[in-house]
Amino acid sequence: MNAAREVPAVPVPPALELRGIEKWFGNVHANTDVSCKIERGTIHGIIGENGAGKSTLMSIVYGYYQADAGEILINGEPADIRGPEVAIAHGIGMVHQHFMLVNTFTVLENVILGVEDDFVLTRSLEKARTELNRLEREYSLEVDPDALIEDLPVGLQQRVEILKALYRGAEILILDEPTSVLTPQEVDQLFRILRALRDQGNTIILITHKLREIMALTDHVTIMRQGAVVGHVETAETSREQLAEMMVGRSVLLRVEKKKAEPGAAVLEVENLHVRDGLNVRRVNGVSFQVREGEILGIAGVAGNGQSELLEALAGIRAVESGRILLRGEDLTRPGAVRTPKSMRQLGLAHVPEERLKMGLVESFLASESGILGHHHEEKYTGRILTRGRAILDDVARQMKAFDVRPPDPSLLTSKFSGGNQQKIVLVREIDPNPDILLVGQPTRGVDIGAIEFIHRRLIEMRDEGKAILLVSVELDEILSLSDRILVMFNGEIVGELPQASATETQLGLMMAGERLPAEAAK
Amino acid sequence: MNQSARREDIPGWLTHIVVPGFNLLLAFVLSGILIAVIGENPFRALSLLIKGAFIYGDSLGFTLYYTTNFMFTGLAVSIAFHCGLFNIGGEGQAYVSGLGVALVGLYLGHLPVLIVIPLGIMAAALFGGIWGVIPGYLQAKRGSHVVITTIMFNFIAAALMTYLLVEVLIKPGQQSPESREFAPNIWLPYAHDVMNWFGINMLSTPLNLSFIFAIIVSVLTWGLIWHTRWGYEMRTVGQNPTAAVYAGISTSRNIILAMFLSGAVAGGVGINEIMGIHHRLLLDFTSGFGFVGIAVALMGRNHPFGIFLAALLFGVLFQGGTELSFDMPKVNRDMVVVIQGLVILFSGAMESVFRPHIIRLFVRTRTAIAAPAE
Repeated sequence: MNAAREVPAVPVPPALELRGIEKWFGNVHANTDVSCKIERGTIHGIIGENGAGKSTLMSIVYGYYQADAGEILINGEPADIRGPEVAIAHGIGMVHQHFMLVNTFTVLENVILGVEDDFVLTRSLEKARTELNRLEREYSLEVDPDALIEDLPVGLQQRVEILKALYRGAEILILDEPTSVLTPQEVDQLFRILRALRDQGNTIILITHKLREIMALTDHVTIMRQGAVVGHVETAETSREQLAEMMVGRSVLLRVEKKKAEPGAAVLEVENLHVRDGLNVRRVNGVSFQVREGEILGIAGVAGNGQSELLEALAGIRAVESGRILLRGEDLTRPGAVRTPKSMRQLGLAHVPEERLKMGLVESFLASESGILGHHHEEKYTGRILTRGRAILDDVARQMKAFDVRPPDPSLLTSKFSGGNQQKIVLVREIDPNPDILLVGQPTRGVDIGAIEFIHRRLIEMRDEGKAILLVSVELDEILSLSDRILVMFNGEIVGELPQASATETQLGLMMAGERLPAEAAK
Repeated sequence: MNQSARREDIPGWLTHIVVPGFNLLLAFVLSGILIAVIGENPFRALSLLIKGAFIYGDSLGFTLYYTTNFMFTGLAVSIAFHCGLFNIGGEGQAYVSGLGVALVGLYLGHLPVLIVIPLGIMAAALFGGIWGVIPGYLQAKRGSHVVITTIMFNFIAAALMTYLLVEVLIKPGQQSPESREFAPNIWLPYAHDVMNWFGINMLSTPLNLSFIFAIIVSVLTWGLIWHTRWGYEMRTVGQNPTAAVYAGISTSRNIILAMFLSGAVAGGVGINEIMGIHHRLLLDFTSGFGFVGIAVALMGRNHPFGIFLAALLFGVLFQGGTELSFDMPKVNRDMVVVIQGLVILFSGAMESVFRPHIIRLFVRTRTAIAAPAE
């Protein structure tokens, strides 16, 4: 794996050592006695489910938060990291999940942002250009320094973030879920860059919840659960199954078992659909497909290629520019037809939105209130004036039990539930009225492995009951294991359709980057 | 490692009683220091404040009269707030509601009591509601921010009322811009009158039936917000507009509805002042009650019961403060305003400054107590 590394004669202190880190947020214990050593010149993975405390820990290392107790040692020296500028001075760099770039600036301007070390900007820029050229050569991180950020694809924007950190003298590079916005090919490139950085003696910390990345890239792994470290292992000596078990605390099934689909008649048909977003940019551009009874149609694609707008248009939330949506043959886009979220629900279409916290739930509501969202006007929940409080509590409690939401208490605040349990609240609310069509967006984003297993099983069950399911996901694993047919969306268009049996990750990856399927392969 | 045991919730009494209590205490301590600095005894001042608000002959009636106004304006702010709107226009809405009362009082005042009083109340609610619903409509349909438009509407209300009182509604043959007195049918009974019917002797105060009405409106507001489908929809729009759209809830409809109800409730001030006390329309009868309502709603956590307590506190500060400035020559009217300001500052604007510290202290203490037991 890492052939050309020198073995030092004297023991070298670890690049970064954490001792007994404690962090409270109000009454939440985000980090409990976290200790961990990260050796110089290695790629160190920190894995854990959402809410396991990985990001909090790294925010402490980078100085966004101060630990309530514990020590941070850099190269064996205790360091008091009171803010990101101190972390940078100690040679720590961070690449955030959401990039911190100024879109209308060039690469070079972004790189020197905040470290312009000359009063005259052009001189700083020239100095930076020389340094940037050196870095690019050394790590094969090619980016055009004069390109505007907004013109660059996401993968290159991420490179700029890495360059930014290196330009500031980073020797320890923290990457927070770096692959969530990349195509598989871009992920490969990123991994090549990270390996090159390691081989030059840099230390890389990779925060992720994806087991595959840990196995492919890292030398050591620290596993976190509920704010505490549950183990350190050498990547070479572990397996995906073992890591998953340590993350969840019990053994989990990573593959979904299902029988062959028996699709029936088309329920939902979309013809040449065009949709514009809130900024009047066309995001869905001539999309046609149909979803049949008893099948899961998966839509793969890198986030932001029109999938969200497509889902919202189908759910009645977003207006359609042109094209037709037919539900059991009835044209819902003809002039005068009613197409609202409420009417779509009444027609038997349920929608699990992509972002549960932004759209699917109200965090500050009780679970019982979030659990009736969209159905609150139904007679079982409300009389003519007063709502039926008791009936709402009972019904939501029943639904929560049916989907094993923990704790099954409808009088708790929605925000008190973990991501997986919140997602189950949304899912059961949408599935419980027994819809004919289910639109699901990112059903397992930020959901723990145990809940993923449960959610996948329920979706397959629904399919087997003869329901039509449209699944939008950016997780290729999820698309590949659940869908019966796969559409790939790029730039608002469908670039091709593959049956699940013959789809490979490489091929999907190429299509996600916009490559059209050759005509004969589509047959 | 036993971290699960520490994830318990923070008890409600801590955030709802200890934290506001601490803020209030801090405001009083600081006020006490100020009073000491100007050379008066802070403890005597406090005792005067409390006696002036509750104990002296007619003081309780005055305190509750102020409380009535603050309940209406506080509730008004809270209804809009539950729908995610910051209604700064309570002052203007209350002012215009007085016009509604006056029109009924001036032109229909001869009708029987049982007709004219409900008519007056409805007119107040309608006029206040209209003054709220216009900014609501502009927000919902045109995207004009309700904070800006409600402030503007306060000025428009002031200008409109001045014009009407000076040019149109003024009682002919007098200098001061006031309407003529209404026929007594529309006068709400004073508390001292009601007490006299039962043979209880009470000093004459401005306290009138509006106080009972304010309590009824509090209960109705509570029911509306938490126990009706409309309240549910308004809260959804206020807490997460995207989720509201997803659920098929119309944000614009709810914004308009919330602003109407908010303005209508602010109209309670018109009922209390014009129907209950002055029995004629006059300039500036709202005298800032609408603005204090913002602080009342903030302090009362937008809950009708909290608003009642906060309104009572401000009633005490207004009434007790007046007595204080009578009895302590060095504590003048402006000093009382400073004390009110400190209470607003600590309980409203700086409400969350000390909360995290108090919670952390509580958690640490609990952990320390729990630790030896493990």
